[in-house]
Amino acid sequence: MAELTRQKERIRGGVAQALAHDSASKHVTGQAVYVDDIPEPQGTLHIAVGSAAVAQGRITNLNLDAVRAAPGVVCVLTADDIPGLNDVSPTHSGDDPVLAGERVNFFGQPVFAVAAETFMQAKAAARLGVVDCAADTPVLTIDQALAKNYLISQDHEMVRGDAAAGLKAARNRLSGQMEMGGQDHFYLEGQVSMAVPMEDGDVLIHCSTQHPSEVQHNIAHVLDRPANAVTVEVRRMGGAFGGKESQAAQWAALAALVAVRTGRAAKCRLDRDDDMSLTGKRHELAGKWTVGYDDDGRITAADVEMATRCGNSKDLSDAISDRAMFHLDNAYYLDQVRILCKRLRTDTVSNTAFRGFGGPQGMMIGERMIESVARAVGKDPLDVRKLNFYGDEGRNTTPYHMQVEDFVLGDMIAELETTSDYRARRKAITAFNESSPVIKRGLALTPVKFGISFTTTFLNQAGALIHIYKDGSILLNHGGTEMGQGLFLKVAQVVAEEFQTDVDRIKITATNTAKVPNTSATAASSGTDMNGMAAMIAARTIKRRLIAFACNQYKVEESDVEFIPNQVRIGNQVVDFDDLIGQAYLNRVQLSATGFYRTPKIHYDRTTASGRPFYYFAYGAAVAEVAIDTLTGENRVLAVDILHDVGQSLNPAIDIGQIEGGFIQGMGWLTTEELWWDDSGRLRTHAPSTYKIPTCGDRPAHMKVKLWEKGRNAEATIHRSKAVGEPPLMLAMSVFHAISDALSSLDGYRTVPDLDAPATPERILMAAQKLKAKSR
Amino acid sequence: MAKNFVTTTINGDEVEFASYPGQSLLDVLRSELHMTGTKNGCGSGDCGACTVVLNGRPVNACLVLGVELDGAEIETIEGMATGTKLHPLQQKFLDHAALQCGICTPGILTMAKAFLEKNPDPTESEVRYGLAGNLCRCTGYDKIVRAVLDAAADMRADG
Repeated sequence: MAELTRQKERIRGGVAQALAHDSASKHVTGQAVYVDDIPEPQGTLHIAVGSAAVAQGRITNLNLDAVRAAPGVVCVLTADDIPGLNDVSPTHSGDDPVLAGERVNFFGQPVFAVAAETFMQAKAAARLGVVDCAADTPVLTIDQALAKNYLISQDHEMVRGDAAAGLKAARNRLSGQMEMGGQDHFYLEGQVSMAVPMEDGDVLIHCSTQHPSEVQHNIAHVLDRPANAVTVEVRRMGGAFGGKESQAAQWAALAALVAVRTGRAAKCRLDRDDDMSLTGKRHELAGKWTVGYDDDGRITAADVEMATRCGNSKDLSDAISDRAMFHLDNAYYLDQVRILCKRLRTDTVSNTAFRGFGGPQGMMIGERMIESVARAVGKDPLDVRKLNFYGDEGRNTTPYHMQVEDFVLGDMIAELETTSDYRARRKAITAFNESSPVIKRGLALTPVKFGISFTTTFLNQAGALIHIYKDGSILLNHGGTEMGQGLFLKVAQVVAEEFQTDVDRIKITATNTAKVPNTSATAASSGTDMNGMAAMIAARTIKRRLIAFACNQYKVEESDVEFIPNQVRIGNQVVDFDDLIGQAYLNRVQLSATGFYRTPKIHYDRTTASGRPFYYFAYGAAVAEVAIDTLTGENRVLAVDILHDVGQSLNPAIDIGQIEGGFIQGMGWLTTEELWWDDSGRLRTHAPSTYKIPTCGDRPAHMKVKLWEKGRNAEATIHRSKAVGEPPLMLAMSVFHAISDALSSLDGYRTVPDLDAPATPERILMAAQKLKAKSR
Repeated sequence: MAKNFVTTTINGDEVEFASYPGQSLLDVLRSELHMTGTKNGCGSGDCGACTVVLNGRPVNACLVLGVELDGAEIETIEGMATGTKLHPLQQKFLDHAALQCGICTPGILTMAKAFLEKNPDPTESEVRYGLAGNLCRCTGYDKIVRAVLDAAADMRADG
């Protein structure tokens, strides 16, 4: 593929230009339309769900008479009313019922749905249902599930070399463990779908989902209809973060069932408490390791066992647990390594995709391991991190036998270490801590290496559709969905660059399964990489036709046709883009094209846990400085410096936004966001009153984010950019490790504190007390 | 259910609506008046997505009852721009790319406007704490804080 000449600032909105989100002017005036804002067709019904008050048990009695008799109720559904398959599992594993039939598998699992004239009536009616269960004692925690060997799927192992022999031969050995909590997505727009009945019993669903094709196919199965009877449209989401990948289907299915049954439009919108109680979250993970290392802190062998808390169904837990394993190494070469991950079943809501998809959890275990080695050899953790980096000859094979060919962290860390003044600050903090008995400061620099591609290889495909109308205006459509990440704008910039037209000429349209079929989820950070390429391919198809037409019409060679800003140079003439399009139309040139892209080079054999699952890696690094109060556990992030590699940025404004937002979201996961279930299996943190995501007040006073100027993707991605959706979340590991560093000061930096995530004030206080007792 | 008739002023216009007991201002705006710029985030007054200005004070519209509002003056995001001319805060949110999914944006802008009216020359820290009741899950707040400070400077210069 020929590299494009960059004609910067010629057209408005070509690649590499920093533009605000394409919907920004609608966002700031309240005119952007989300699913719940679409004018409802007359007679639209509203749906609420009802459930049993147990986490696990057989349903013995279901009496919905009072529900049916309640004011405004039009329709009540149970599992028996589902004409097709009662399953919306993303992997077709048959364990994600739309409505539970015989058993309840988690607290609050919907057993029936009620549709009424208003949402308030539906909610009130749902409370009148009688659902009796023969309740069993639920298995709720990782420890309980491990004790019972309660599994949702087979264990999986990655091996390179001989970890046992390596550990035996190692100069030094140590063991450690850590647990980290899950995370609620807390998208500000909850799950919502509105289904509109169409002729032939078909249905159109406006859905807030990252995966319209999966919603379409699952609903077709539920309705017992072919996929072509179901159309799913997504204009925009009010945030998603992985929580609207598989989790949107159930609510869309309920809306579709009601719409088809009643002939009226139906909306299923979860209120915040239901959304948090009834939809999956990030997986909790527990890990323990034994690591062998030399006297410098170089790791020579590692044996790691992890366990993920998957909840009551498979959902995407296998792929998520695998990604935790893929990222255990983070940026470090592990010689002689074994990684095992157990996938635990618990009688709780099924955990699901969340930005990073297991990667952050695995990476945290790896970073904790490194940190413990650093304390053991008495070095600054940064020096031990650098010592263990990939990059040197013979140290570039991952535990899954992929060669790391694009390792740039050596350069990046050197730059960040200088620009953040790491060494001087380290000295100052050590001095501060010596003279400050209660408040302790901590500093940490942590790297991120994140693999880009779906590890399920067939998902790495995307389609796009471009029309140019005869007035020269362009309509763009592709399989990616917009959740605020700026995908639509980036893809439009790619198309603007191809045609050399201002981006304003391009109409960005809602993702729709009737336009581009069989799409993959907008997930795995792959949205721009894949849809951008597909759109570029479609644009080039039309361009080729226009060039051929111009050559024929103007009697010139191909090399004499050049797309220049909003015009086309043909030989010695310059023709307006609109004029050329008009002429092409009159001469019967096809002005519409599809584009299709499949990510090259990737392959992976799960049976041997080896291959090249990732097209490339995205890199970043962050330095965080924190202060903790060792008498209360209170803490603040004081300063953050980030250097991140997005390759050659398609849009620096969007990319920096992703980095800042990802970092803060990761910081929430590792510090304040604590999910808490009571002994009956009921989630007690189901609203922002009890579940604390970072607020504006938590933003560090000093926060500097820089794109790595030398960044350029070694692979031929769209304009040599790199994916940016997920990787920045893991930059927040620096905050956790800075807290850990501050705690370490309590025993002279000799041990790594016993600190699980999230590092809430309670946990920090307990860790501080343990360390103080130990050093007394 | 019996409905009560309520007369209010919304964004300067006299508006009459019928509201049943227990119906929130948020639901009145969105369902009865089809003014969907004000968003429903949590329904419990903890996220700020439904912030509107009621009689000069910012409130969470999900915690105010529609029937209480006879004679009240309400300002929503739909009234923030003057015709096609954006309010300086709206313009700065565009200039700083201070939004992503955009669903918290109306509430944050409404809150920021009310905040700057009380404190036209805030410090960075005052902005951060002034907006702490409005959650944003996408941006990490950095650009929001910058945009508000920048808008405040412009608004002071314009007197």
